[in-house]
Amino acid sequence: MTSREIVVDIIPPDEPVLSAPLAPSFDYTRSTGPVLGAFFTGLREGRLVGTRDSRGAVHLPPVEFDPHTHEALTEFVEVGSGTGIEGVVVVWTWVPEPADVAPLDSPFAWALVRFDGADTAILLPLAADGPGSVSSGMRVRLLWSAERTGTIHDIACVVPADAAGDTGSGDDQLAQSSGDEAVSMLVTPIGLSVTHTASPAESEFLRAIVQGRMLGRRRSNGPEVYVPPRDYCPSDGVAMGEYVEVSDVGTVTTFGIVNVPFAGQEITPPYVTAYILLDGSDVPIQHLVLGCEASEVRMGMRVRAIWTPEADRPASMKAITHFEPTGDPDADPDSYAHHL
Amino acid sequence: MTPTAPRDVAVVGFAHARHTESTFGTTNGVEMLAPVFAECYRQTGLDRTDIDFWCSGSCDYLAGRAFSFISAVDTIGAVPPISESHVEMDAAWAFFEAYLKIATGQADTALVYGFGKASASTDLDSAMALQLDPYTVAPLWPGRHHIAALQARAGIDAGTWSEGAMASVAARATGRDERELLAEPYVADPLRRHDCPPVTDGAGAIILASGDRARELVDTPAYVTGIEHIADSAEFGARDLTDSPSARAAAVRATRSSGDRPDLGGVTVAELHTQYTHQELLLRSALGIGDHVAVTPSGGSLLADPLFSAGLERIGYAANDVMEGRTERALAHATSGHLLQQNLICLLEGRPA
Repeated sequence: MTSREIVVDIIPPDEPVLSAPLAPSFDYTRSTGPVLGAFFTGLREGRLVGTRDSRGAVHLPPVEFDPHTHEALTEFVEVGSGTGIEGVVVVWTWVPEPADVAPLDSPFAWALVRFDGADTAILLPLAADGPGSVSSGMRVRLLWSAERTGTIHDIACVVPADAAGDTGSGDDQLAQSSGDEAVSMLVTPIGLSVTHTASPAESEFLRAIVQGRMLGRRRSNGPEVYVPPRDYCPSDGVAMGEYVEVSDVGTVTTFGIVNVPFAGQEITPPYVTAYILLDGSDVPIQHLVLGCEASEVRMGMRVRAIWTPEADRPASMKAITHFEPTGDPDADPDSYAHHL
Repeated sequence: MTPTAPRDVAVVGFAHARHTESTFGTTNGVEMLAPVFAECYRQTGLDRTDIDFWCSGSCDYLAGRAFSFISAVDTIGAVPPISESHVEMDAAWAFFEAYLKIATGQADTALVYGFGKASASTDLDSAMALQLDPYTVAPLWPGRHHIAALQARAGIDAGTWSEGAMASVAARATGRDERELLAEPYVADPLRRHDCPPVTDGAGAIILASGDRARELVDTPAYVTGIEHIADSAEFGARDLTDSPSARAAAVRATRSSGDRPDLGGVTVAELHTQYTHQELLLRSALGIGDHVAVTPSGGSLLADPLFSAGLERIGYAANDVMEGRTERALAHATSGHLLQQNLICLLEGRPA
């Protein structure tokens, strides 16, 4: 029997890999549907709206389907409205150092709060002096946000029920909400924070490109040279072979003309984005072809890389600003027919 | 169509990358997966072209880019064309998909893999919060340990477990002194550092085969004699957080028990995917695991918590105990999502069912 080595050591490369911060952010836009729509519309108006299930339990936040029969729920229940809505802390934890995205700036508690008249609990921030002043079973009072737009943030927080002199709109007349159409959409801004790491082969490629060199890598099971180089061959999963420097001159295999303006565009349309098969390589790279009319670009056209000045050349494909026609005769179609 | 009995399915190979706080590798896992696959091939004598079906588990939010799992296919090699699938959850669920492929006769062999580079997320709390309800919970961005702390508190309030009992779970996993652990400050009251999983990068793989193939490949295949996964409601404010009805129901079905309690029979090893100390206590109780059962002898997520492969590793370790002859019957559990929301139970045996 073959012995099993359960734990496999992963050997790092000799040269360190390159990394850079990556911060994708976007707005997640979601339709609410009728049930959550009623909940968020209610929040905007200073009302807590739940749903009643087949056993009579009131869910807040509301659920769309009955947990027992799985039928759609249609009976809405107003659990409370205006100021003075109270409930009880079911469980809690303490946040000594709130993150930037936290709903409260100063230390606070997360609490599952079951409001009077509801049978389920909702996660909310609880503003309190310290963990010593929070306990399961304590009574709390809801504070509305001064400006309400139909999101969960319309509830600013809950506070101990006996707390006096609260800030916010809680004890004043309920402030006006914005909008009068029922809430049907919800926008949640998402911001992620990632350290993106290039693979060992990508790191070699990026180090080379800063020096004005185009680096490829040959398959270990065949003659093909991939640009950019990879660590494992996508066709057979085998570790790639030797690194190979390839030319910065190549052939347009195929291309597209960008005519449509879009956000973030850096060149005025029309312009050409093309697949370029660098001499000595077997995988075309994508780049811009400029320096001639877009209508002049054609399959087989010979083009040369235009490098950014060495002093400010970045470790990215922007090390090459674009490709330009060399003026040489077009390549024989047979020379790139297998690379389309 | 005439229904036919599902075919026997067995685990025949398992390996994982050494757990690390931070790998040099990319978020697509290739650098960790390739050597792990090589070990799985070595254990079974199979080659990549012998694998009929591939299935992976990972999470794009850890990579910060869409469809990042596609890059991991570099490790497989896509030529000749492969049959491949992916789940955006722990790879234990990819294992379930592969099990079905073989049980239903659509494949004879499958390689299942999972990977996650948690260290790439410089704000892991926000990345993980995206698994929460997107309307009423995720927009508040609660931290992952804080969500877990609500469950820990629920059990303490109910008298189901205590901070001391939680510390004793950590003490067994880490070999540290229980009283020392209890003297440490809270990370998320009532959770201390030792109650929470570390940030771990990892990748793991399992090879499955039909019963006939399995007997050709290894001396003692670990037969999957029961497997089931069930989810509790995402509405965690309506749940009894001190219990896990879905894990129990999955165990009842996986063990083909009558009634509403699982009969674990001759199980002597239970690999539980419990990221927090209180969750081990919760599951022991929910599943009725007795003191004679070795719980998570591999160390589990309190020592190393490779996101999206830790559950698969539990199956791998349980299967390995069977293949090595340390037990005839082992139970593996995997979870995905927050607060033990989704639970998978897999029963592994040294003999065919």
